[in-house]
Amino acid sequence: MYKILAKETLNSAVELMEVEAPYTARACEPGQFVIIRVDEDGERVPLTIADYDREKNSVTIVYQVLGYSTTKLSKLNVGEYIADFVGPLGQPAPLKKMDRVVGVAGGVGAAPLYPQLRKLAEMGTKVDVIIGGRSAEFVLFADKFREFCDNVYITTDDGSLGIKGFGTTVLQEQIDKGVKYDECIAIGPLIMMKNVVKLTKQYDLHTMVSLNPIMIDGTGMCGGCRVVVGGETKFACVDGPDFDGFLVDFDSAMVRQGLFKEEEHQCKIGRG
Amino acid sequence: MKPMPNMSLEKVKMPEQAPDVRNKNFEEVALGYTKEQAIEEATRCLNCKNPLCRQGCPVNVPIPGFIEAVVAEDFEKAYEIITSENALPAICGRVCPQEKQCESKCVRGKKGEPVAIGRIERFVADYHMANAEAVTPDIKKNGKRVAVVGSGPSGITCAGELAKRGYEVTVFEALHKAGGVLSYGIPEFRLPKDLVAREIANVERMGVKIETNVVVGRSITIDELMSEEKYDAVFVGSGAGLPRFLRIPGENLLGVYSANEFLTRVNLMKGYKFPETPTPVKVGKKVAVVGAGNVAMDAARTAKRLGAEEVYIVYRRGEDEVPARAEEVHHAKEEGIIFKLLNNPVEIHGEDGWVKSIEVVKQELGEPDASGRRSPVPIEGSNYTIDVDTVVIAIGQSPNPLIRQTTPGLETQKWGGIIVDEATMKTSKDGVYAGGDTVTGAATVILAMGAGKTAAASIDEMLQAK
Repeated sequence: MYKILAKETLNSAVELMEVEAPYTARACEPGQFVIIRVDEDGERVPLTIADYDREKNSVTIVYQVLGYSTTKLSKLNVGEYIADFVGPLGQPAPLKKMDRVVGVAGGVGAAPLYPQLRKLAEMGTKVDVIIGGRSAEFVLFADKFREFCDNVYITTDDGSLGIKGFGTTVLQEQIDKGVKYDECIAIGPLIMMKNVVKLTKQYDLHTMVSLNPIMIDGTGMCGGCRVVVGGETKFACVDGPDFDGFLVDFDSAMVRQGLFKEEEHQCKIGRG
Repeated sequence: MKPMPNMSLEKVKMPEQAPDVRNKNFEEVALGYTKEQAIEEATRCLNCKNPLCRQGCPVNVPIPGFIEAVVAEDFEKAYEIITSENALPAICGRVCPQEKQCESKCVRGKKGEPVAIGRIERFVADYHMANAEAVTPDIKKNGKRVAVVGSGPSGITCAGELAKRGYEVTVFEALHKAGGVLSYGIPEFRLPKDLVAREIANVERMGVKIETNVVVGRSITIDELMSEEKYDAVFVGSGAGLPRFLRIPGENLLGVYSANEFLTRVNLMKGYKFPETPTPVKVGKKVAVVGAGNVAMDAARTAKRLGAEEVYIVYRRGEDEVPARAEEVHHAKEEGIIFKLLNNPVEIHGEDGWVKSIEVVKQELGEPDASGRRSPVPIEGSNYTIDVDTVVIAIGQSPNPLIRQTTPGLETQKWGGIIVDEATMKTSKDGVYAGGDTVTGAATVILAMGAGKTAAASIDEMLQAK
């Protein structure tokens, strides 16, 4: 059982939890993820690691209250327990000191991007970030990024905060202005990462993306999370979750994401 | 005076659920002997002076001894005799390929059927579970600690054997539930999960601690287990968890599963109860299972139970080359599984991202290949398609790479298996032993148990000498 140490509502769809999980807290690195089961008989749900505290033995997860299990998770409060919490899973992001890096976050993607950019900043890399959201409330972690980013750009689909448009709008502007980036790290919905890659490819700006497909065990056992990267089938859980964006077949990944759409719907109706 | 042996040429039949009933439920297929049936079958044993059956057992169970106790109606004594060598009798009685092991050596098998050793073993284990109080043995601890990676057949056996000898043993399991393939792989209708849980509880009662949700190689490494956590030795029984795919076009379409994913959804996550349980499993009307091993039979029979109307086994070799146990093939056929032998898949066709059909090419048998089996040769121009909406790939698994990637000094085969000295199960790394599928590639429960047992004996010997 894994104790909930803190809980915060970030916006109408997204919450944050700090959970006591000694094994994961001790070993995790930016880019890795965990799998949780809210309760006995629950689903195994992969979630990204937004932060960790090795002294407190805690790991911070950020999740969108979307389906059956995340709704159940959101009903738990500080002092209560999550049945299962296993990690860290996946490969750590391959981070190294560079001159300047830009991060592009879409919605809840800001959470896993945060520890990656922070680590790069700690290594001495100059970091810019572009945070996008549907509207003002869905822009996450802006203050946290300001602690170490040189520039924090905000975009919203409806223009309610920052620049009206998408992450690609700002990235294009920066590139046009002559800002030189060594690497781009884009984390968010598949369609957003696909569009970022479409842009960065034109400028040969190396881009890493993070994939979060359907999976069960997270240790390479089920193969449900297979994605096509550079023409080869890879397992996101053990070969990723971070991949070279230029090589990812986003279209097939988007198709596979839809596998259980019908059941997800049925599940929510059936179980309230 | 000793009663005359029962000279019937056939085994006492074991009651089973009728095929057209059981292919719609997940209850156990074989129902087990009654007391009377077990005794009747036990009297077929000639109690040979030189029992060859025992040599055929990978864990060396004193077979004639326990059968004699069954004849004498002392079932608890029979249980003690079995468990002196085998910690998981209820499991072995069900899933061991006895026809290739103990029963293949039985002299009664020279004329007629061998003694049904597996069925009698199962009866004894089930009788004990139903009637005996669970006891916590009083074992004197020796102060030494061993870490076991994986709670499948090899890990649990190794842990049990070491606990018996006084070691403090912790088993680290990556999933949320102990049992490895016994929990996620073998279906409920062949191996009820409450029975697996009870066998594991027996091992825990000996003092073995099981820590779930720890992925060795990620949550903690083998080096850390030894240097920081101060374990005196480590046994690696991490299994063959990585599914193989065919590498043909269409394999990433929706509706294509690895057997591991399909069976894990159903067995571990109880997907067959969806939406009562939250993990879904999608099975269409027509299902092709590619492969013909025990896992393929399990997947096909599971698909049928989930409501598929037509379930095919698609296999590139012929009947004689089918690697599954004869009993499993027989059960599958009885349940209405359709065998498409000498058919090799070449492409999976889709529509809107979903599987629509599987294209196969007919094969004929040529010369024996490296495996000693006659190799399939495609018949040119014989391609045809089978309409299906689900494809399950069951062509084998490779060892999980996590341990070898994160353990410097651990030597492995090219294909990923951990290299051991077979007599001791010792790896190239000091204090580290390994056994089961992670060494051999996908094999049987009992061979993994045998390896776990051998490793426990050598770990004991090594640590006693220290």
